[in-house]
Amino acid sequence: MGAEEKKAATELAELLRLLGLEGKREIELEDVELTVGELILDPSALASAALKAVAPPKMKTVAPPAPLAPPKVKPTTILEAPFTPFVQEYPGQIREVTLGATKSGGGSRGKKIVIGGATTPAFYLFEKTPPHPPVISVDTFDMKVTLPKAIRMHVEEVWEDTAAWAKMAVDKWGAEVLTVHLLSTDPLIKDTPPAKAAKTVEEVLQAVDVPLIIGGCGDPKKDAEVFTKVAEVTEGERVLLSSVTLDMDEAGVLEGVAKAAGKHGHLVLGFTALDLNRAKELNRKLYDYVPEDNILMDLTTAALGYGLEYSFTIHERARMAALMGDSELQHPVLSGTTNAWAAREAWIKLGPEWEPRSLRGPLWETLTALSLLLAGVDLFMMMHPDAVKTMKKVVEQLMTGGKAKPEKIANWVNAKI
Amino acid sequence: MTEREIKRGVKQLSPIDVYMLLPRTNCKECGEPNCMAFAAKLVNREVSLEECPPILKKEHEKAYKKLQEILAPVIKEITIGTGEHAVKIGGKLVMYRHEFTYHNPVALAFDVTDEMPLHPRFSEEEALVDRVKNVENFLYNYIGRDLNLDMIAVRSTSNDPTTFKSAVEEVTKVTDLPLVLCALDPSVMEAGLVAASDRRPLIYAATKDNWNEMADLALMYNCPLTVFAPNDLNLLRSLSKTMIEYGVEDLVLDPGTLPDEGLSDTVNNFTMVRRNACKGWDKLFGFPLIGTPITAWFTGKDSKEMLAWKEAYVASMLMSRYADILIMHSLDGWVQLPTVIWRFNIYTDPRKPVAVEPELKTFGKPDEMSPVMLTTNYALTYFTVESDLKKFGGNYYLIVVDTEGISVESAVAGRYLTAEVIAEAVKNSGVAEKVKHRYLILPGMAARLSGETEDELKNVGLPGWRVIVGTRDSSGIAKLLEEKWPPKEEEE
Repeated sequence: MGAEEKKAATELAELLRLLGLEGKREIELEDVELTVGELILDPSALASAALKAVAPPKMKTVAPPAPLAPPKVKPTTILEAPFTPFVQEYPGQIREVTLGATKSGGGSRGKKIVIGGATTPAFYLFEKTPPHPPVISVDTFDMKVTLPKAIRMHVEEVWEDTAAWAKMAVDKWGAEVLTVHLLSTDPLIKDTPPAKAAKTVEEVLQAVDVPLIIGGCGDPKKDAEVFTKVAEVTEGERVLLSSVTLDMDEAGVLEGVAKAAGKHGHLVLGFTALDLNRAKELNRKLYDYVPEDNILMDLTTAALGYGLEYSFTIHERARMAALMGDSELQHPVLSGTTNAWAAREAWIKLGPEWEPRSLRGPLWETLTALSLLLAGVDLFMMMHPDAVKTMKKVVEQLMTGGKAKPEKIANWVNAKI
Repeated sequence: MTEREIKRGVKQLSPIDVYMLLPRTNCKECGEPNCMAFAAKLVNREVSLEECPPILKKEHEKAYKKLQEILAPVIKEITIGTGEHAVKIGGKLVMYRHEFTYHNPVALAFDVTDEMPLHPRFSEEEALVDRVKNVENFLYNYIGRDLNLDMIAVRSTSNDPTTFKSAVEEVTKVTDLPLVLCALDPSVMEAGLVAASDRRPLIYAATKDNWNEMADLALMYNCPLTVFAPNDLNLLRSLSKTMIEYGVEDLVLDPGTLPDEGLSDTVNNFTMVRRNACKGWDKLFGFPLIGTPITAWFTGKDSKEMLAWKEAYVASMLMSRYADILIMHSLDGWVQLPTVIWRFNIYTDPRKPVAVEPELKTFGKPDEMSPVMLTTNYALTYFTVESDLKKFGGNYYLIVVDTEGISVESAVAGRYLTAEVIAEAVKNSGVAEKVKHRYLILPGMAARLSGETEDELKNVGLPGWRVIVGTRDSSGIAKLLEEKWPPKEEEE
C-alpha cells in the first residue's frame, strides 16, 4: 500500500466513523448518505470508491471542452410538473396541558382549555392540522401600574379594581384566559402579604369563569411564598403559576412551590432567559414534584426591535428539537407578549410621520405576537384590545385551510385603491 | 410525481463529495474537529465555505471554485435593477434562520399606478411623484443603522400601453430605485419595458394565460420574471418548469397572497414552496418568493387604517415565512416602522451574541465632572443607549453591568440587576477615581433600586454617592442632563 493510499484509508476509516456518528442527527443527512454517486451505502464499496477518488492518477485533471448547448426548443404548451409537498415524520409530540378546571374537574371554571399537543411545526396544515389552537390570555394587575397611553386609555376606569379589570378583559375583549399579576407583592413596591394577594385571586375567580394565570413580582423568595398560599386557596382550579425559575432553586425555594403546585393540582410555568439548556435543567428539577403535563415553558419574549429575533429563533429551535424527540422540551410554550411595549418605538413620540401612536403601539404588540405564533407559541399573555382581537382572528383563520378564493386576487394588478 | 423523481433532477450532494474537495488536513481552523465534520456541516448549510481559511489559498483555488459551484444557494439569487441601486433577492442557504443565517433582506416595493396624477390635486390624494419621493426619503435610524425602503412597483390600472409607458417614464425620471412593472397584458408590459429598458425591472407577471408572451419579453429585455399562480402550486411548479425550458432563468415565484379566509393557504403555500426547495431539493421551487400584502387593500370596505393594519400584519407574517420581496401600498410610518425593524432583525446573524462585554465605556472625552451612567450588557439595550449618547454628543462615562445579557426592566424584575450588583459594578469600574462628583445616573427602569443602591455603595466603600433617577428610555437623557447636570448640592 502506497503512502497516498494509506492516507486515504486512514481518512476513510475516520470518515466512516463520523458518518456513523453523524447519521442520526438530521434526516436530510441520512438522505444524502444513501446516494453517493451511483453507489449504495456499502462500506466496502464506499471504501473502494473513496480510494479511487483520492488516488491522483485516476482523477480527471483536465475538464473536457464543454459541448455547445443544443438550441432550446421553446415549449408551446405549459409543461406539466405537478407538486407533491415534502412532508416529514416527527418522532416527538408536544404534551397536552389543561388550563383551568370545571366543577366536575374539581374547580369552578366555566370551561377548561387544552393547549399543546402539536405534532408538526406551527401551522403546517399540509402535514397535520394543529390539535388545539393557540390561546390568548389578557394581563391585569393588582395595582395601578405605569402603562403606555395607548393601553392606559382602555383600562383607566378599572385599573384600581382587579376584579373589574378582569371582567372587562373577559366580557369586552374576549380573553380566553386571564392573568393576574400580583405585582404589589414586590417587597420593593407594596410588599403585599401572601394572604392578601391570595384574596385578590379569589375575587378574580369570583368575577370571571375563565382559567387563570397567576403572575408574581419576580422576587424568588416572595413569589414562592405567594404562590404557595395561592395554590392552597385555589385548590383544584388548575391555575398556572407564572413563573418558577432556576433562581428559586438557587434561593432554595423551588421545591416548596413545586410541591404546593403538585399537591393542589396546579400548573407551573418554567421561565428561563433564551437558553434551552437552562430550560431543560429547570424542567428536570420540576419533574420530581409536578406531573409532566402540568408544566409549561416561558423561553423569554423580547419585544420587536428589542431582541424579538432571538425569541423567534429560540422558539423555532425548541419546537424542532421537541418534535425530533427531545422530551424535556416537549412542553407547550407561553409568550409574555406584553413585553412588546418595552420597545421604545411602540410608544415614544417620533414626529408626525410616525403617528398615530394609538395604532403604532398595538400594531407593535400584534406583530410581536404573530412572529411567535408562527414559531410555535401556544399561549400568549397580551394587553391591548386591538392586538388581542387581531390575534384571535388570525389564529382562527390559520386553523382552517382550503378556503382561499384565488379569483379575488387574480387581477390585483389592475385594481384601484 | 414521487419524491424520488423530484430529487433526480437536482444536484445531489453528500458530505463525501464536499470532503474530497477540502484540504483534508484536519487543521481545526474552522472550529470543527476535522474536515469531515466541516464537510457535513457545509452540506447542512450550518457553516459557510469561507470559514475554512486554507481553502482560500491559491493552491486550492480550483477546489474552492468547484465547492462554490456545488454549494450554490438552494434559492437562486436574483438581481433586480442595475448598478449601485440594484437589489439582490433570494440567495437563501437555509429554510430556518437558526440553521445558518438569512441572506439578502426582504426587498420592500411600494406601488404607484399609471392613472395617478403626478402631484396631488387635493389634499391627501395619492400621487406618483410624491409617493416615489416618500419611498426614497423613508429613513429610520435604529441602533445606529439607517433603515430604508427599496423599490417602486408601477401598476397598470389603465390597461393601456401608452399610459403605462408614460407612467414608467415618469418614474424613471424621478428615481434610481429598482422597479417592478406590474401588468398582466403583454402589450402593456412591453410598453413599460421599452420605457425602462436599461433598468432591468422585475416583470410581474407571467400567468397561465400570458406565459409565452411574457417569457419572450423577459428574454428580449433580459429581465427577471415573476410567475404568478394564485393558490395553485401545481400550476406554479409547471410554469416554473416551462419557463426554464423556454430559457428564462431568473424567476421569482408568486403563490398568491390571500388575506382573511385565504391566510392559512397563503402561509402554507409559502412554507411548502420553500420547504420543497430547501428540504426536498426541488430546483423548480428554488427561486425567490414574492408576497403581495397590497392585496389587503382589496378585501373590503374597511377604513384606511384597518386595511393598512391588515397589510402590515400580512407583510410581517410573510417575512417570517420566507418571502424574499414584498409589494406593499401603505407608506404610513406606523406601518413601515415595525416592518423595516422586523426585516432588519430576522436578517441579523443568529450566532451573534446577545450580550456585550461588561465594562466602563467612555463617550467623547469625559473628565472629572462628566456624568456617570449605568446600563445592562444586553446587546440591544447597550446599542440603543450607545446610539443615543453618540447622537447627543458630549462626554460621558457609561458603566455596562453584567446582567447575563438581560435588559434593564427584566433584569430588575429577575434580580439580575440589584443594588448589590450595581454597587459592585460601580466599584469595579474604577470610575470613582476618575470623577470628582459623587453622582450615579440609574436607568429609569431601575428607579426602585435607587435608595438601596445608595446604601450598598456605602457598604462597598463608596460613601457619599447619590443616585439620580434617569429616564425610562435613553432618548430622554439629553433633556434630563440639561435640567439636572451638573447637580446642585443638596442638603444631606
